[in-house]
Amino acid sequence: MNGHLYLWLIPLLPFAGFLINGILGARLPKWLVTAVALIAPLASFGVVLNAAWSVRAGALLPHIEAANYSWIDAGMLHVDFSLVLDQLSLIMLLVITGVGFLIHIYSVGYMSHDRGYWRYFAYLNLFLFFMTVLVLAGNVLLMFVGWEGVGLASYLLIGFWFQKTSAADAGKKAFIVNRIGDFGFLIGIFLLLGQFGTLTMSDISAKLAANPAWTGGILTTICICLLIGATGKSAQLPLYVWLPDAMEGPTPVSALIHAATMVTAGVYMIARTHFLFDRSPLALLIVAIVGAATALFAATIGVVQTDIKRVLAYSTVSQLGYMFLACGVAAYSAGIFHLMTHAFFKGLLFLAAGSVIHGLGGEQDMRRMGGLWKKMPVTFWTMTFAVIAIAGIPPFAGFFSKDAILMAAFTQGTAAGKVFWFVGLFTALLTSFYMFRLWYLTFMGKPRSPELHAHESSWTMLGPLVILALLSLGGGWMGAGRFGAFLGPVIGKKTVEAASTNLEWTLSGLAVAAAVLGWLAAHMLYRRNEGREPLASAPGYTVLTHKYWIDEVYGALIVKPLLTASRFFLEWVVEFAILGGAAWLLGGIITFSGAILQKWQSGNLRSYAAWLAAGAAVLLLFALATWNGMLTHVGMHIGNLHMNWAGH
Amino acid sequence: MIPISWYLLLSAVLFCLGIVGFLIKRNLITVFMSIELMLNGVNLSFVTFAHMWHNVQGQIFVFFVMVVAAAEAAVGLAIIIAIFRARGTLAVDRIDLMKL
Repeated sequence: MNGHLYLWLIPLLPFAGFLINGILGARLPKWLVTAVALIAPLASFGVVLNAAWSVRAGALLPHIEAANYSWIDAGMLHVDFSLVLDQLSLIMLLVITGVGFLIHIYSVGYMSHDRGYWRYFAYLNLFLFFMTVLVLAGNVLLMFVGWEGVGLASYLLIGFWFQKTSAADAGKKAFIVNRIGDFGFLIGIFLLLGQFGTLTMSDISAKLAANPAWTGGILTTICICLLIGATGKSAQLPLYVWLPDAMEGPTPVSALIHAATMVTAGVYMIARTHFLFDRSPLALLIVAIVGAATALFAATIGVVQTDIKRVLAYSTVSQLGYMFLACGVAAYSAGIFHLMTHAFFKGLLFLAAGSVIHGLGGEQDMRRMGGLWKKMPVTFWTMTFAVIAIAGIPPFAGFFSKDAILMAAFTQGTAAGKVFWFVGLFTALLTSFYMFRLWYLTFMGKPRSPELHAHESSWTMLGPLVILALLSLGGGWMGAGRFGAFLGPVIGKKTVEAASTNLEWTLSGLAVAAAVLGWLAAHMLYRRNEGREPLASAPGYTVLTHKYWIDEVYGALIVKPLLTASRFFLEWVVEFAILGGAAWLLGGIITFSGAILQKWQSGNLRSYAAWLAAGAAVLLLFALATWNGMLTHVGMHIGNLHMNWAGH
Repeated sequence: MIPISWYLLLSAVLFCLGIVGFLIKRNLITVFMSIELMLNGVNLSFVTFAHMWHNVQGQIFVFFVMVVAAAEAAVGLAIIIAIFRARGTLAVDRIDLMKL
């Protein structure tokens, strides 16, 4: 294809929005800030749609657009600004800019009363810029730039209400935990460079294809480093701890960054570098174990949370675990499929939760909600769609993608695959249970806090809810069966389709049964909705409400020793020894030399004259000592002069 | 014909007398005159060398030195008068206000 798709506009439009709002936003009228903030992602979405329309034939992909100059050219290392559009990045871009635009619209309503309105939209546009760079990057280093950038945007938005200590702390926590993961990613990049001599993904893939026998070994190490990066960004065990705290940010941010897009970057990265993971069965197994463990672990915590956003946060961690599980059994297309449907229904869940919180004037505790279905009908119905979708009940989107993952795990053909399938199935049951628990607690029964005067949100907020609800309903149909084939050119065909129809129906039936079972359990326990926690006397409840004490364990084992060491280093080594020592030393030297040099400044004119004469005498003696050389020099000079005069 | 070295010797003697006067004399006027003596010692050596090399540049230098010395004498004497008016003394050892 010769046609230019203007891929560079996709990241740069939001970046322009960021610059305009970030620099001038405080002085611009509000309608202009809104216009800039909305037009940037909309135009970006338009470019993506145009690209999608132009390449619908599919055979024209991957489409690469590179800048005319290179970024780094040092020895064997060559890095340029190439942007790659293929089926995988196209799906991601559609989700990011599309859902991103909806969430921008929603934010106009949600943040309308906030003083930092312009700042909020500047950050949000900045996020879109980095996220699209991450997805479009044709080499690992450029991807890393986007990767770090979304981390920055995430930090800025989590700590958006920075006057609140908890929000500022949550921002720091997210940033620091992500640093650990990013360190792993960076090591992986160095290893890639060392092994392949290039960071361009297509080149790495080609070099691997030229060596079909090359498996394991250093590739496993690289994959595990990349996985560490992915666990940080995508909030997997053991680095998931930042995501629940990230709920301190504004709710649309939780929807966009901490549910729909940024946290899926890890999944995208694994799918993007699948040619490496395919060569390392061990790394894939670790990915699957991490995913399955996280899915189950986070789901159990989600069961007992009382903060509506925290339920959704743990649910996000759990669903991301699902996606990792899919990648771990080499069913990347299923993982990306779930990523897409998850973006729809989890984005919707967060936005609907935000609508509830907004309508209740900031209340997030589900124990104080209840009976909202009458007061907030649109929020109620859209939320219902999302809950059914995430629970995995057909014909909603979540069913198809979750089913694809469970199916891929079961048919992987190993005993581990069967275990993963069972863990996934049980997690599906838990997911259904805690989502319906949330649904009953929030919307059903009698209002437990009538003094909060719940009211329905404005249509700027409800519009995106309705669109996302439709996507949660129809998103699965779009992809069912076709998704793997569509992504095939990028991530290769897998043998999942070989399974018999019988098995397929059985597995689907079991998945639906698990979902319905979860719903029934929630129905039994929370239908009455009396505000008491029926699980409170159940064994293990304390463990779950304390989230397995993971934060406390990390605090005692890592944070506290590190903090003590840092304090010691700061106070005694830096503050006392280096800074204090340097200041003392400098002062001492100056005082000492001053005491000596002071004697010269006697104020006695004749002593100055004596020093002057002595200096002149020393110069004279020096001249005498080097008399010979000087004489020839001067003599020649004078001789020349003499000859010149004689010439006249 | 008087040898060149005699002129140079006289020039050096004048210069050293100037230095010694500059260093040991307490009266500011005398110190000032010692500076003039040094300048003239140098002038003499300029003239001597100019004669020796049959080069008029040395003579021209001397004129410059004299002009500058005249200007310096005017400024210097003005300063000396100002100091005397302000302090009532011309003893260099007592003009030490700039001392630390």
